[in-house]
Amino acid sequence: MNDRFNSPVGRFSQINGKCISLVGDDVDTDRIIPARFLKCIDFDSLGKSVFDDDRKALKGKHPFDLKTNKGASILIVNSNFGCGSSREHAPQALMRWGIKAIIGESFADIFYSNCIAIGIPCFTLSKQSIKIIQRYLDNKDLFFEIDLTKSSASSTDLKFNLGIKETSRKMFLSGEWDTTSKLIENNNLIEKKLNDLPYIKFNSNF
Amino acid sequence: MSQDTLFDKVWELHKVANLPGGSDQILIGLHLIHEVTSPQAFGALKDKNLKVKFPNRTVATVDHIVPTDNQSRPFKDNLAEQMLDTLEKNCFEHKIKFFNIGSGKQGIVHVVAPELGLTQPGMTIACGDSHTSTHGAFGSIAFGIGTSQVRDVLASQTIAMNKLKVRQIWCENKLSNGIYAKDLVLHIINHLGVKAGVGYAYEFAGPAISALSMEERMTICNMSIEGGARCGYINPDEKTFSYIKGKLCSPRNENWDKAIKWWESLQSDENSIYDDVFKIDASKVEPTVTWGITPGQSIGINQKIPSLKEIDPNDQFIAGEAYEYMGFKPGQPIKDTPIDVCFIGSCTNGRISDLRVAAQVLGNYKIAKNIKAFVVPGSERVAKEAKKEGLDKIFLDAGFQWREPGCSMCLAMNSDKLIGNQVSASSSNRNFKGRQGSPSGRTLLMSPAMVAAAAINGKVSDVRDFLNK
Repeated sequence: MNDRFNSPVGRFSQINGKCISLVGDDVDTDRIIPARFLKCIDFDSLGKSVFDDDRKALKGKHPFDLKTNKGASILIVNSNFGCGSSREHAPQALMRWGIKAIIGESFADIFYSNCIAIGIPCFTLSKQSIKIIQRYLDNKDLFFEIDLTKSSASSTDLKFNLGIKETSRKMFLSGEWDTTSKLIENNNLIEKKLNDLPYIKFNSNF
Repeated sequence: MSQDTLFDKVWELHKVANLPGGSDQILIGLHLIHEVTSPQAFGALKDKNLKVKFPNRTVATVDHIVPTDNQSRPFKDNLAEQMLDTLEKNCFEHKIKFFNIGSGKQGIVHVVAPELGLTQPGMTIACGDSHTSTHGAFGSIAFGIGTSQVRDVLASQTIAMNKLKVRQIWCENKLSNGIYAKDLVLHIINHLGVKAGVGYAYEFAGPAISALSMEERMTICNMSIEGGARCGYINPDEKTFSYIKGKLCSPRNENWDKAIKWWESLQSDENSIYDDVFKIDASKVEPTVTWGITPGQSIGINQKIPSLKEIDPNDQFIAGEAYEYMGFKPGQPIKDTPIDVCFIGSCTNGRISDLRVAAQVLGNYKIAKNIKAFVVPGSERVAKEAKKEGLDKIFLDAGFQWREPGCSMCLAMNSDKLIGNQVSASSSNRNFKGRQGSPSGRTLLMSPAMVAAAAINGKVSDVRDFLNK
């Protein structure tokens, strides 16, 4: 776990960091952060509890406990990562552990939008490419330079063209992933739209 | 790209703008909040010095953390008390309607909104909870959001989102006797897989869907997310309208006629275009039980746990994990698997019709020795109705505990938890590792009727053996 947590701010185009691999399909958000840790009114203390059950079961051998993964910030995963519960606590816990970007075969929808909303880009690669990275990581450390302008990840040995939704990519490059202020700009349009909705007219009693 | 489906119509109606990055700004007609995913959103508003833009478009209740045995305040669990206290303060400060414990309207958010008539066709509905897809049963476009998006809805009544594709799931024929909506949706997820819905809204249609009651339809849409689809919906029909009529918040008098006319216009057109269509034969569905650690790992009651060879290569890794975690072997029958705990409740199957059918199975039976069985009604209204019908007595006489409303052991945020590697027969929606509160606890998902049958026999059983007696 990183000692100091800095949440991302504004626009960015580069993420450089050490990779950490977590092998497995359909890793759900209950596993990323078990429900008992959701009893909180802020996200601050979630970092240390990420994958709590899985880590206890593996007694120090979980990737998030291995010394070799200390300081890692780019998470490599397999398919349908983050399925299940919509809890934003899951990406918040990963972010507070030190994760700044995730590369995987595929992501669950709500998890993906939660990641974008808090400034963690999620990239996709083919099953084979993920396998290459995971095998590489079995033997040595891997440092990726991720460039959002080219959607690429490169190290001294490896280079990949990453998949990312164009809308998400633009949001990071422009800083609009931090959505609130952009949405509020359309205040007049919002009010008009709301007042025009048929059901606002016939639902006077709520 | 889909065209002229209900999803297309409702999306277009709520689209405020194209955002510079290319996603759509979508207006949320009804925003539901609860104690777990809202405190940080209110905190963020405060940090940004923002107000709730349309407080009357947000409704709150408390469900995830509430104890279901003793609900007197302050709760024994300090953290749970703090969460409810925070929600109370936030709702008070921002003038948001809050259905608190004892109001007669509290309960699981996805049970409460429909029963109060808040959920209506044609709305966009969002909530910081993945099972928001439940509300799609009424022909609304409803989906779960994270806390940052809760913040955005509070601040602007909108979110930034990419339009989903639409897959129609056409369910031919009808379910047989003793087969329920839960069996059907588990069957669908088993066939399509837990990832197939990523990027899609699911439109459930066909004779088997039309034949379902509104509460059964909610069970189907509720579990869309278990198939990967953030949103699931059913075109509104006469059943939808008659369910809504006369509810506390539903349109009245001349507004009712206007509402019906509009709701009817929302249905997917006969010639609408889908991005994909998937067909299944509902008459082939058996009472279905999960054997693994994803809701897609299910089999019919008379089937055996599949071997790796029988499983799609893409799903073999998680299947291997499932054998190990569950302690089950390929080829083993699911029927007669011993059960420790029986749970009837949740936003999937905690409604009055669920309790009725489970009580009908129980009849005069007693539950097996050494089984802990409990019923957690989905809401205060469900509990009240059940008591009026004497269902609580049937459960109590059988040996079930009768609890107060909440989410309870669906996700075990209160004190209702599995212990060690106990096996539960559960009417809830997720059988993930550790989901029911013990890191080694094992969950078998099934219909409430099947849970009742398992409680009587102390092992996984075919509910049809009870219904046919």
